[in-house]
Amino acid sequence: MACKMKNVPFKGTPEQEAALKVVIAELKDEKGSLMPIMQKAQDIYGYLPIEVQCIIANETGIPLEKIYGIATFYAQFALQPKGQYQISVCLGTACYVKGSGDVFNKLSEELGIGAGECTPDGKFSLESCRCVGACGLAPVVMINDAVYGRLTPDMVPEILAKY
Amino acid sequence: MENVNIKINGLAVSAPAGSTILDAARLAGIRIPTLCFMKEINEIGACRMCVVEVKGARSLVTACVYPVNEGMEVFTNTPRVIESRKKTMQLLLSNHNRSCLSCVRSGACEFQTMAVELGIEDEGYYDGDKTPSVIDDSAVHMYRDNSKCILCRRCTAVCEATQGIACIGANHRGFKTDIGSPFEMPLADTTCIHCGQCIAVCPTGALSERDDTAKVIAALNDPSKTVVVQTAPSVRAGLGEEFGYPIGTNVDGKMVAALRRIGFDQVFNTDWGADLTIMEEANELIERVTKGGVLPMFTSCSPGWVKFCENYFPDLTEHLSSCKSPAQMQGAMIKSYWAQKKGIDPKDIVMVDVMPCTAKKFECTRDDQDANGVPDVDISITTRELAKLIKGFAIDFTILPDEKFDDPFGIGSGAGTIFGATGGVMEAALRTAVETITGAELPKLEFDDVRGTKGIKTASYEVGGMTVKVCVASGLSNAREVMEKVRNGEMNDYQFIEIMACPGGCVNGGGQPRQPGYVRDTVDIRALRAKVLYDMDNSESLRKSHDNPCIKAVYDEYLGKPGGEKAHHLLHTSYVKREINNYTSD
Repeated sequence: MACKMKNVPFKGTPEQEAALKVVIAELKDEKGSLMPIMQKAQDIYGYLPIEVQCIIANETGIPLEKIYGIATFYAQFALQPKGQYQISVCLGTACYVKGSGDVFNKLSEELGIGAGECTPDGKFSLESCRCVGACGLAPVVMINDAVYGRLTPDMVPEILAKY
Repeated sequence: MENVNIKINGLAVSAPAGSTILDAARLAGIRIPTLCFMKEINEIGACRMCVVEVKGARSLVTACVYPVNEGMEVFTNTPRVIESRKKTMQLLLSNHNRSCLSCVRSGACEFQTMAVELGIEDEGYYDGDKTPSVIDDSAVHMYRDNSKCILCRRCTAVCEATQGIACIGANHRGFKTDIGSPFEMPLADTTCIHCGQCIAVCPTGALSERDDTAKVIAALNDPSKTVVVQTAPSVRAGLGEEFGYPIGTNVDGKMVAALRRIGFDQVFNTDWGADLTIMEEANELIERVTKGGVLPMFTSCSPGWVKFCENYFPDLTEHLSSCKSPAQMQGAMIKSYWAQKKGIDPKDIVMVDVMPCTAKKFECTRDDQDANGVPDVDISITTRELAKLIKGFAIDFTILPDEKFDDPFGIGSGAGTIFGATGGVMEAALRTAVETITGAELPKLEFDDVRGTKGIKTASYEVGGMTVKVCVASGLSNAREVMEKVRNGEMNDYQFIEIMACPGGCVNGGGQPRQPGYVRDTVDIRALRAKVLYDMDNSESLRKSHDNPCIKAVYDEYLGKPGGEKAHHLLHTSYVKREINNYTSD
């Protein structure tokens, strides 16, 4: 059965699954072990897609909804993978007053994804951050380690085209 | 246990050590309003409607979780307390869809009642953003409108603690928190078993059964259709509550009168279908025991339980009796035997059943529930929907005369009647199975060991030189406990296991009238409603399914013998093995 939430296709390997099962077997009988299991699972896969949460549910007997509830409660858990190119838009005060909100919306529109999401081809992921320490260049966007400053929304397509 | 002496509003109260302030207040007959609290199921102190003042305490405390101490002085109605409750209520109202006039719950809503009791004058005082929400009407049995949800978590608690399923829960965080399913999937795609216990405990209009009354009205207004209704045993034990009668009032006669006045062409009694189920089920059990079939056999009349078994114990579905539920059997008989007798094309019969159950809405859509090429049951409505129909037709229920069901499916034995209570199916089956095996009449018809609202009951009987061991469970957490034992081979010496999805059985089904939280906590609804059925059984002269003259006639004239070819075609069904937690991203 397909999950209704739009997601990047799952590319988990049998090795990853085996590693997760080892972790679960070690921890599952301990009280309060769900959080550490989920953290380890995220270490292994980089995020917690439905396939991974199903493995945890089946191996521990904990209902899937309990796992999902925790995964959506804590900011440390990601439901979407990070892209090959991680775009983070500074929405800190200086960048925001200089219009980084519009830059963010333009990126979101161009890529067809929202905050915390990844494009289906796995190339770009989008998130916001708070101050990268380059307020003089506001508004600032980082793509992996590259910094782009003094941006306007109409510069977005050109930058994305580089990748 | 030692008692602790405290004062509540100046009144001396003695309560067992370890009690909460709420327990102590209830002992003393002092009501403290509660919203999220459900005894032993949801004790989370989250809604803060039960706040009280404790002398010497820095801040207000939540009575539902705060333990009593010797000498404690509690005040439940000080201006500070009232002010706090009002503010909490106003904040809840600020994120609540207040379309109360058109709400399914209006007039019987716990949340609305509380707002009125508190004397809220400005319900929109804190209005601002509202948590975004979507309506989930994907499942056949229910409707979830989170814009009316107050996040009390009663539904998720009952789903997890009582039923052991947890297909719904609180997702996300802070203002975005909502009650939903994993990965926002529609409820229909989850492990939900349609029991409706979440609906029964919801204090607002956020959860309700899918309303099928419009379909019933449309059928009644179609002159080409013969609209036949049947009512389950438990409906008569609950329906009165919708019209101001005390819990545990038998409204059998008035219910029949109301159904006639609504305009049903025939008003039949599912107790008859229950008797038919017993004939088939007892026969199946005897066959399995004597011919070495899969044992222990599980009952199959609770559709919530059946789906639970398919979901979580697919390896054990062979243990399920192949018998359809009483309502489905009766529907199949009405569309075959009765239709032929009356010369009506089964396609022109609309079979409506009134059930204490929301899972019946799912059951009647299942495969292999259409013995005559048309569904055995077309529309399944709950006790609550029947009340809605009666009110909508402006029928003054309280002054109705007592009327009798129509023949031939109006006669049910006492054994069929007690089907609505946990242990009832077992007792009814034992009455027939024991007499069939021994050929002698039972000196005593009551099987007391399987009665009562205990979650798991076991008993052992000597029948014709053989030891028969039986187990009865209600509430699916209890069922899970029993099933794990069956899976591990610990119940191999048992022959028959009765499971009902809802705690206490159908009398406490998800489609029964809703009672507020404090009533559910302080009154045993299950026992009071079950007593209606046991009292009816006691006052009947016909108390065994196999003695029901109309059952005998149907086998003589039409079906042949129990478990025969015709009976098998009409009255038995099949199950599927479901896979859970098998979802993919794309």
